[in-house]
Amino acid sequence: MEVARLDAAESQPGSRTDAGEGQPVLALRHATKSFGAVRALVDGSVELRAGEVHALLGENGAGKSTLVKILAGVYQPDSGTLEVAGREVALHGPAAARAAGIAVIYQEPTLFPDLTVAENMFVGRQPLRSGRRIDRRAMHDETAAVFKRLGVPLDPARIARGLSIADQQVVEIGKALSLDARVIVMDEPTAALSAAETGRLFDVIRTLRDQGAAVLFISHRLEEVFTICERVTVMRDGSHVLTSDLAGLTAADLVRAMVGRELAERPPEAGADTPGDPVLTVDRLTSEGVFTDISFTVRAGEIVALAGLVGSGRSEVARAIFGIDRYDAGSVTVRGQHLRRASPVSAMAAGVGFVPEDRRQQGLVMDMSVEQNVALASLGRLAKGGLIRASAERAMATDWAARLKIKYGRLTDPVSMLSGGNQQKVVLAKWLGRKPAVLIVDEPTRGIDVGTKAEVHHLLAGLAKSGVGVLMISSELPEVLGVSDRILVMREGALVAEFSHDSASEEAIMSAAMGQQVAK
Amino acid sequence: MRAVLSPRRQQRPDEPAKRTGSAALAERVFRIRESGIVVVLAVFVACTAAVQPRFLNSANIQFVLIDTTVFALLALGETMVVISRNVDLSVGSVVGLSAYLATSLFGQHPGIPIVVVFLAGLGIGLACGIANGIMVAAGRVPSLVVTLATLYIIRGIDILIVGGKEVVAQSLPSAFLEIPKATVLGIPDLAIAIAVVIGIGAYYLRTFRSGRDLYAIGSNPEAARLAGLPVGRRVFTAFAVSGAIAGVAGVLWGAQYGTINSTAGTGYELQVVSAVVVGGVAIFGGSGSVVGAALGALLLSTISSALYVLGISPFWDQAIWGFLLLLAIALDQTITERLTSALRKRRTRHA
Amino acid sequence: MPSLRGRPLPDLLRPALRWETGLAVVVILILVIGSAASPDFLTGNNLFNLGLSNGEVAIMVLPMTLIIISGEIDLSVASILGMASALLGVLWNKHWPMPAIFVVVAIVGLAAGAVNGLLVTRLRLPSLAVTIGTLALYRGIATILLGPNTVSDFPTAYTNLGVNAVPFTGNDLTYSTLIFIVLAIIFGIVLHATPFGRSIYAMGASPEAAQFAGIRVKRIKTILFMLSGLICSLAGVLWTFRLDTAVQNNGLGLELNVVAIVLLAGVSIFGGKGSIIGVVLGVLAFAGIQNALLLTNFNQEATGIVTGALLLASVFLPNAGRFVRRLTRT
Repeated sequence: MEVARLDAAESQPGSRTDAGEGQPVLALRHATKSFGAVRALVDGSVELRAGEVHALLGENGAGKSTLVKILAGVYQPDSGTLEVAGREVALHGPAAARAAGIAVIYQEPTLFPDLTVAENMFVGRQPLRSGRRIDRRAMHDETAAVFKRLGVPLDPARIARGLSIADQQVVEIGKALSLDARVIVMDEPTAALSAAETGRLFDVIRTLRDQGAAVLFISHRLEEVFTICERVTVMRDGSHVLTSDLAGLTAADLVRAMVGRELAERPPEAGADTPGDPVLTVDRLTSEGVFTDISFTVRAGEIVALAGLVGSGRSEVARAIFGIDRYDAGSVTVRGQHLRRASPVSAMAAGVGFVPEDRRQQGLVMDMSVEQNVALASLGRLAKGGLIRASAERAMATDWAARLKIKYGRLTDPVSMLSGGNQQKVVLAKWLGRKPAVLIVDEPTRGIDVGTKAEVHHLLAGLAKSGVGVLMISSELPEVLGVSDRILVMREGALVAEFSHDSASEEAIMSAAMGQQVAK
Repeated sequence: MRAVLSPRRQQRPDEPAKRTGSAALAERVFRIRESGIVVVLAVFVACTAAVQPRFLNSANIQFVLIDTTVFALLALGETMVVISRNVDLSVGSVVGLSAYLATSLFGQHPGIPIVVVFLAGLGIGLACGIANGIMVAAGRVPSLVVTLATLYIIRGIDILIVGGKEVVAQSLPSAFLEIPKATVLGIPDLAIAIAVVIGIGAYYLRTFRSGRDLYAIGSNPEAARLAGLPVGRRVFTAFAVSGAIAGVAGVLWGAQYGTINSTAGTGYELQVVSAVVVGGVAIFGGSGSVVGAALGALLLSTISSALYVLGISPFWDQAIWGFLLLLAIALDQTITERLTSALRKRRTRHA
Repeated sequence: MPSLRGRPLPDLLRPALRWETGLAVVVILILVIGSAASPDFLTGNNLFNLGLSNGEVAIMVLPMTLIIISGEIDLSVASILGMASALLGVLWNKHWPMPAIFVVVAIVGLAAGAVNGLLVTRLRLPSLAVTIGTLALYRGIATILLGPNTVSDFPTAYTNLGVNAVPFTGNDLTYSTLIFIVLAIIFGIVLHATPFGRSIYAMGASPEAAQFAGIRVKRIKTILFMLSGLICSLAGVLWTFRLDTAVQNNGLGLELNVVAIVLLAGVSIFGGKGSIIGVVLGVLAFAGIQNALLLTNFNQEATGIVTGALLLASVFLPNAGRFVRRLTRT
């Protein structure tokens, strides 16, 4: 059956032509993808052969997740080609990707918690017997058979709720197998697993490989990559950088491939004059299961960056400091004043501002206007006799819009109409309007165009110079190195390294974040 | 030369006991909801009978069973809707409308076969259910708002049609009125019939893809859509069936009470939702069974009867339903939250 | 360009422009059609009767508006009214002095609202489900309190509040209407011009962002539920005095009317949008329709049809285009 375009319509498994000898099972060539002004993927290329485990490496923002979503059929590439088993295909949706034999296992599996494992595996396509009744015995047996193939003894009859992430992943893998997937993409599968669970997962992956599937393994843990993978593709800044056999490569080689670039321009304001007194002191902050014993200080006029991989706990620490999340032990002090736990009001009263990671859900009320968003954290101050003074609100918005050079149509436009960069400036204006002593910014330039990025960096540097203590969480190494005075690195819930601006390098930070020590 | 790797993260001993502990807990919790009803029922009956032995005489048991039949039927339809993470509040009004319109056929067309009357009731209910189903499946409005509105629209139509009239027992054929009274070995025929219907419903929900789809939709609506399940169609069907069942229940109501005016069925929706939730069907959908819901209906009828037998005013009924409903919802949520947070903590600890 | 407090007038009016304008047109239409259909329509006497029959509902609409804008809902409002009425009757029967009864009723209303608020904010239960439960519970308490009895011998000094016009205002203003007007002004100012009101919009539109901006979402929602409880108790007292009857089914089913009016007023069921102007117009539209039905001898008990239809219209119309497209697609 000629299958040049795979839509959501049924396609019988088995009608798919298997790859000929030596032909890659899947080949993505020079894919590009942009979202508005942001170029997420500039040259995405990866080639998978049957019976191999292939690593995909790259920093946050290197384009890995965009590439994966293209393979999953969630995004369609702006240009480039995708070949499955030697034939070019266009995937118009997740169902088409499934029909093409591509399965993606995400970090957070989405199962149906109230259905059994077997039902999860076969949702919507349960095997039938006479009279279109579900054949539970067959469903159970086929599920058990799949798990046997994987070498994992999971009970098909148990309810999915309560399964550990590791087990949920196995169910997803089993589902992929039962759908005859020939390409299995695993996105950071070990992030939530213990050592033993990881070992079991690796056994499963080896089984898949031995049965002829191609596994695309995305991970930040280099030791795991060396353990389980045979070849590797490295991406950087949206482009393919390197594809090679792993034999003969060192961790240092990989890290260099991931980060090697020109150091970004350091804004002229940066490089503090001697920092002042501590404005933020975090002492042995602990949240069970999330982060442990975090202690550091931020001084007035300093920009301290908190670097680390996604999932290392940085945002959680920030949220705990600001009071959005509870913490279990430790304390936070701002300018000598002890902050009440889990009370944003207390943090704000002490002079802390927080620009959160998720602009659209946490930073802004998208339905409200530009000026209302700017005013949202200052309503008390703008009110006289209990009533908000419209003129004061308008003046505040106008003032900050000018200072931050925010581009907008009218101040009364809904903030959703602004570009990402200008939206971020609105969030900043909201907090700067309170003249904070400490400003925490979480991924300040994520999803922002290059020009606004630079503006935000200048802004932060200027802020520090005026005496504010800035705690910046960032996954972008050039940003971390370019803007900050000190760099703290977190890994898996703990602070593992500290660098001053002069002693830091991208490789050093990256290595600390990933748990390697790279011989210089 | 290979780089020196930093020490691996601590090898943490796995905690298989805890993990199966929570898995077993989850299973135990969900089994408990239903076997729990049986236990509560048994305990309740035992305590009441100890105080007032009259509670267990056959006349009373029959009375309770008959009283339950309409609600058990309604619970069947409501369960299907609630499983898919929706709610149907219009069932009481449908019962009322169907009860009047169907039974008045006897007066208008003497000699009409009883079966036809039942079919008429079914048709009326089906029409209402289809209207609900279209609005909920195609519109982006919570089913609570839609069925709250149809609750009143249908009741209003009923009032308009009925006015001050009523259907009286004398106009109904005795064969019809006998339906609730017929017994075999002391158990009402009707109760047996309803039990069979509930069994069929339970079998359907368990054995057919469309039934299982409802559970999937209630358990994780986004995942259901992603998996390509025909969500709109399934939800529509659930509402249509709920309406049809309510229509039939209305005719039964007429057989039971004999006198039908415009107040028939008022307030039933709340009792049915209470019965369903108390019977172990999660208010957020995804789990529960019609058997549990029927047992919930039985429990509520038993409580009413017990209050009566014990001399406590029946005016306590509604407050008790309300309280039980709140209790069931709160328990549901607390248990789910505890489970989820316990899982989350353990997961990141292993990272 | 004319302006108010530094804001050009067109900007001020823009949010009100869309739904509320349409609603104002509807109200005018009702007035026109009504007075054409019946010469009594626009008389002072009729307006007085309108105030009488809708006053309590109108009063209950105000806190419901805030609750829905904040992203929640309170279906127990009519039951709180009934419970307050029953309490009033029972305590009066026991010869308590009226001022003391008022205090108790107020406290019970606050407590009822607090239960709603705590269940929603502390146990994180959906307000839809919670208030269905408390709808039954509070009505049940009313039933327990009064049983089948009615209490009807309230002193005329108080029942006059229910049926007489406010002195010195001509003969057309009921006390309940006056209370509604005063409360509407207060609620309007609070909602549209105070930080508290702005916070309500924020938490309805974007609960996370509100929290991240330091807004005390849980506290405010609990306050709103308690406010609703208090005001519904007040409505219960007014209702009882107007009918000179305390009976367990006072106000049965009114929650639908209240919700329908709020949604009709352009307040979004999903929270974050709406205005008091719209609410006032909604009350007028609803009362006008009820009155028109009354004057044309439409069966009063069947007015639920109209209310239900209005409710459906008010939630489907904003999405009308999308709805039709999805119907034709599935």
